[in-house]
Amino acid sequence: MFLQQLINGIALGSTYALIALGYTMVYGIITLINFAHGEIFMVGAFVGLLLVSFFKLNIFVAMVLSMCFCMVLGVVIELIAYRRLRRSSRLSALISAIGVSIFLSSLALMVFGADAKGFPEGAFPLHQLHIGNADISTLQLTIIGVAALLMLGLEFIVQKTKIGKAMRATSEDYAAAALMGINVNRVISFTFALGSALAAAGGVLVGLLYNAVSFNMGLMAGLKAFAAAVLGGIGSIPGAMLGGVLLGVTEIFGVAIGYSSYRDAIAFAILVLVLLFKPTGLLGQKIQKKV
Amino acid sequence: MAEFLQNIVGIVDPYTMQVIVNIGIAIPLALGLNIITGLTGQLSLGHAAFMSIGAFISAICTIRLGFPFALTLVTSGLVTAAIGAMIGFPILRLSGDYLAICTLGFAEIVKVIFLNLDITNKALGLSVPAPKSFLPMPIYVWGIAILSIVFVAFLQSSRFGRALKAIREDEIAAEAMGINLARYKVQSFAIGAFLAGVGGGLYAHFLGYINPSDFGFLKSVDILSMVVLGGLGSIPGTVIGAAVLTAAPEFLRFMSEYRMLVYGALLVSLMVFRPNGLLGGVNFTGLLLKAIGRNINESIPRDKGRRDL
Repeated sequence: MFLQQLINGIALGSTYALIALGYTMVYGIITLINFAHGEIFMVGAFVGLLLVSFFKLNIFVAMVLSMCFCMVLGVVIELIAYRRLRRSSRLSALISAIGVSIFLSSLALMVFGADAKGFPEGAFPLHQLHIGNADISTLQLTIIGVAALLMLGLEFIVQKTKIGKAMRATSEDYAAAALMGINVNRVISFTFALGSALAAAGGVLVGLLYNAVSFNMGLMAGLKAFAAAVLGGIGSIPGAMLGGVLLGVTEIFGVAIGYSSYRDAIAFAILVLVLLFKPTGLLGQKIQKKV
Repeated sequence: MAEFLQNIVGIVDPYTMQVIVNIGIAIPLALGLNIITGLTGQLSLGHAAFMSIGAFISAICTIRLGFPFALTLVTSGLVTAAIGAMIGFPILRLSGDYLAICTLGFAEIVKVIFLNLDITNKALGLSVPAPKSFLPMPIYVWGIAILSIVFVAFLQSSRFGRALKAIREDEIAAEAMGINLARYKVQSFAIGAFLAGVGGGLYAHFLGYINPSDFGFLKSVDILSMVVLGGLGSIPGTVIGAAVLTAAPEFLRFMSEYRMLVYGALLVSLMVFRPNGLLGGVNFTGLLLKAIGRNINESIPRDKGRRDL
């Protein structure tokens, strides 16, 4: 029972973590809460669904193509809605992000309709494994595996490649990075591309997990992932992973002990409690007040 | 008297009147958030929670206790302010985006709790009977809207308002000047919550039906957009923002299914082309005095609003 719920929680949590990474990376670099990120996750799920059901593609191929599509989408959104606002008030960029989010979700509503769509049967070879007294599906294991793989890939890009170094430098100090000859615009576009690709992967995985893709799936998932990013300490990549898994696990355990009608509140209650005792999140850096 | 007022209201056709009343309801809500976010500089993403608390308290006052309408509104405002102050104490220690996400979390928690309480009728929502007052609703709503405009205008230019602006501009400098940060922040939160509570009460009684799910994140975003769109910290801006954003979906109704699509695109393009809001950085007193032929531009410093909130 415990093991079962733990696996359920980690599977759900790793999808939160995938979305949270996009929030945290964008925030780390341009301190913008990208509220359109949840909708990119939704678009990713829809693109994956379309590729699987109309083009009969393998689910993993569909996921990779959906990630590519969302990369472009993320970069285009940044170009249109955020780039010109970089020097103005942060609230303006926030409202612009909310505008993008409303635009994308109503576009999805128009194109795909209001009811949730499922993946066609057999899109994913589903088997149940028995480990001890827990029933674990291959889908859950795949979700955890894919999420872990993507996060390792991200960690590699951020820590070992040149553009990753540039990303870290830009998030450390925007102006100094620009002075050192880093093409800041390219770094920001790259960050949006990376974050959006992870969100798209998360979208396809969540679509498979619940076998439902709908136009409004981005809102709550986005809010919870944002909560996960803040819980872990916004701007910190390991923090987003930790926060996501933690929220997923507590949510599943909360439901398991009988608070299912409070499901959506659990994540936020944990968040508020943690912030009260640790105001910068679990792994967040202490911000020094400078005069 | 009452009949005369009723006749005045009757001149306007019901549909237009409904839009006008909705604007009147949005004004106290937006002004409340304007105090928290525009004046004090604390980003709140959970203003709909206060509206929701006000709406449910007022509905319960009317249904269970049979209060007259005015008393109902005052009660809902005061209870909401008390709750605002209560949650303000712990969470206002946080800064910036951590505060924002906390208010967002608070709003989601309030929504879920109301969805599970018996007194709010769970997910079915409450039907609210027509208010017990001799004034017709539109005049009531606009009376309160005007009252709240006057109140916030006085507040803004008072010693209290200047302290809030000082906090917005620079918390450390304000603290060094002897401003008690925690006290002023909690007070501004409470006042903002009071206005939201009153607005929520008006909303509940005008609409006649409230459901906890109506006060989700999108409602908070709606109110925040009004404040930012009009220009942070500016009262005329907030009023115009409330009017434009309440009326926009109605004017866009002819596009039926494209409505929200255009609304989203509109928000983005407004922000891209007028990043400080429609009226951000416009000096109204100066414009007004210029219009009557006196040029005192130099004597009134321009209130540009903070850029890096």
